[in-house]
Amino acid sequence: MFVARAPCEFRPILPGPCLTDTILTETNAAMAALADRAAITAKAARNDARFRRMAGAAAAAVLLIFAGVIGALLMGALPAFKAFGFSFLTTDAWRPSREIFGAVGPIYGTLVTSAIAMLIALPVGIGIAVFLTELCPRPLRRPIGIAIELLAGIPSIIYGIWGLFVFAPWFQLHVQEPVLPAVEGVPVLETLFGGYAYGIGVFTAGLILSIMILPFIAAVTRDVLETVPSVLKEAAYGLGSTQWEVMRKVAIPYARTGVVGGAMLALGRALGETMAVTFVIGNSHRIAASLFAPGTSISAAIANEFTEATSELYTAALIELGLILFLITFIVLSAAQLMLRRLERAAGK
Amino acid sequence: MTAPAAPRTLANTGLYLRRRFANGLFIVLSLAAAVFGLVWLAMILTTLLGNGFAALGPHLFTEPTPPPGSMGGLSNAIFGSVVMSTGAVLLGTPIGVLAGTYLAEYARYGRLSFLVRFVNGNVLSAPSIVLGLFIYELVVRPMGHFSAIAGTLALTVIVIPVVVRTTENMLLLVPNGLREAAVALGATRAHVIRIVTWRAARAGIITGVLLAVARISGETAPLLFTALNNQFMSTDLTGPMASLPAVIFQYAMSPYEDWHDLAWGGALLITGTVLALSIIARLLEKKQRN
Repeated sequence: MFVARAPCEFRPILPGPCLTDTILTETNAAMAALADRAAITAKAARNDARFRRMAGAAAAAVLLIFAGVIGALLMGALPAFKAFGFSFLTTDAWRPSREIFGAVGPIYGTLVTSAIAMLIALPVGIGIAVFLTELCPRPLRRPIGIAIELLAGIPSIIYGIWGLFVFAPWFQLHVQEPVLPAVEGVPVLETLFGGYAYGIGVFTAGLILSIMILPFIAAVTRDVLETVPSVLKEAAYGLGSTQWEVMRKVAIPYARTGVVGGAMLALGRALGETMAVTFVIGNSHRIAASLFAPGTSISAAIANEFTEATSELYTAALIELGLILFLITFIVLSAAQLMLRRLERAAGK
Repeated sequence: MTAPAAPRTLANTGLYLRRRFANGLFIVLSLAAAVFGLVWLAMILTTLLGNGFAALGPHLFTEPTPPPGSMGGLSNAIFGSVVMSTGAVLLGTPIGVLAGTYLAEYARYGRLSFLVRFVNGNVLSAPSIVLGLFIYELVVRPMGHFSAIAGTLALTVIVIPVVVRTTENMLLLVPNGLREAAVALGATRAHVIRIVTWRAARAGIITGVLLAVARISGETAPLLFTALNNQFMSTDLTGPMASLPAVIFQYAMSPYEDWHDLAWGGALLITGTVLALSIIARLLEKKQRN
């Protein structure tokens, strides 16, 4: 730094300290401040870059989890791949004692219970959403809407034990027992709804699932229907349309992508749901023609048998079931996301 | 209500009546759907409240799960649930918040961000039992036994996508003017995020964490073969640990009446927790959006 001392070159006009000293001190301070500032800036830049890397790493962790799920399932299922190959997907035998495993039974159960659930929950859920957006008296809209959203968050195990303790016995006594003699001799119905009144079974599981996804479908559909601009609906009313016509020809077409996307999300939930199904499906790997008969689903099979699976191959077969479930839901969820994304873009987000 | 009043004398009376009939049918049907759906849900809630309150008592919190035929509570299960959920939130929140920040602040329109968002959405809705299998392969199999650590990690995998999604959405709500003002003062990107946008979105980010807690407090499937269950009070993180959902599953499937009562008590505790968390989260989110 500037430490040189010379005879005073700049004498102040009035008596006082030499101006050279003042200039030197101030210059020194300014230089020091500059150096400080450079150091601070450099430090800030380093911190900035580090923070950015951390955020990027966290985002990469999300990708890593996804890759890890696929990798772990593939690894775990390897013994089953080797033992059964493609025939795993075409065999319906499941005999742990003889180490024979086939996925058809659980896959059938998963697809049928989800289909039953969607067939019931979709129309009812859309009905609730329409009721909430168009017909419900205004003061009631918010409370009912909030109640439905809260119900959508209730853990599925609650629906499961309600199904086991309350719904299944009721269903056995008041639906199955009257229905069974009634369908006897009727061609198609006898096959679909024949057999014994167990209470639990594939149909009961589908019903419980439908009750579970109902609030979810209703909440999503209501959100989507609320994106329909009032101007569109008002214009249609102004032309003399009825409420039904406004809904069918204006609101639903406008919100179609969103409704379908929401329905696919709900389907993804139904396919992968474990606890609401496991309690009431009956856990039988046999495929029966009757929907009242006990069955199993992929998730129910895993939940019930995984900790009891004694052999390497048994565990691997269950993990391969998990892999199949993951792939099925991946396709459904991807489609749902792409649809909902298109909707968001259209809404200008 | 906007019933169009067309003159009945016109030639279109038939059409008019048909339209009115269709509309009436539509209203009746959607009303019926609403009543049908709400009745089921109300029935579930009343059963839960009835059976749950009957089983509720201080013993639930003070005594561990009993063998069949004797008295007991759920203290070990409550403890296990709290420990594993807390662990999952502590592990999952920083990762989730940072990843959500990356999506909203650093690479909002990037190709990679599109992929991360897509994958995150898939993990968010993926069957939780499959995520449990993942942790089984990753942790339980190498360790050789079930453990609370594995259970915590399984719940962490569920926490992360929830927090990522809400953090991103809430950061997107922060007006750009705030960021620009901070940048104009010479703040670096990291400063802007930590001092300005995170603070502005604080209520929203907390909402995400609460929603994640609500989600994991009822998760059963991923715990069944990671943390397993434990009939006794255990504080050993490397050993099996009880949790409320796992105990409910085991006790509800059992043939014993007093175990069923405990299952209902546990179910009520879980539902109460979830509802309380969701309500707080809703209030916070509303505060954030205003």
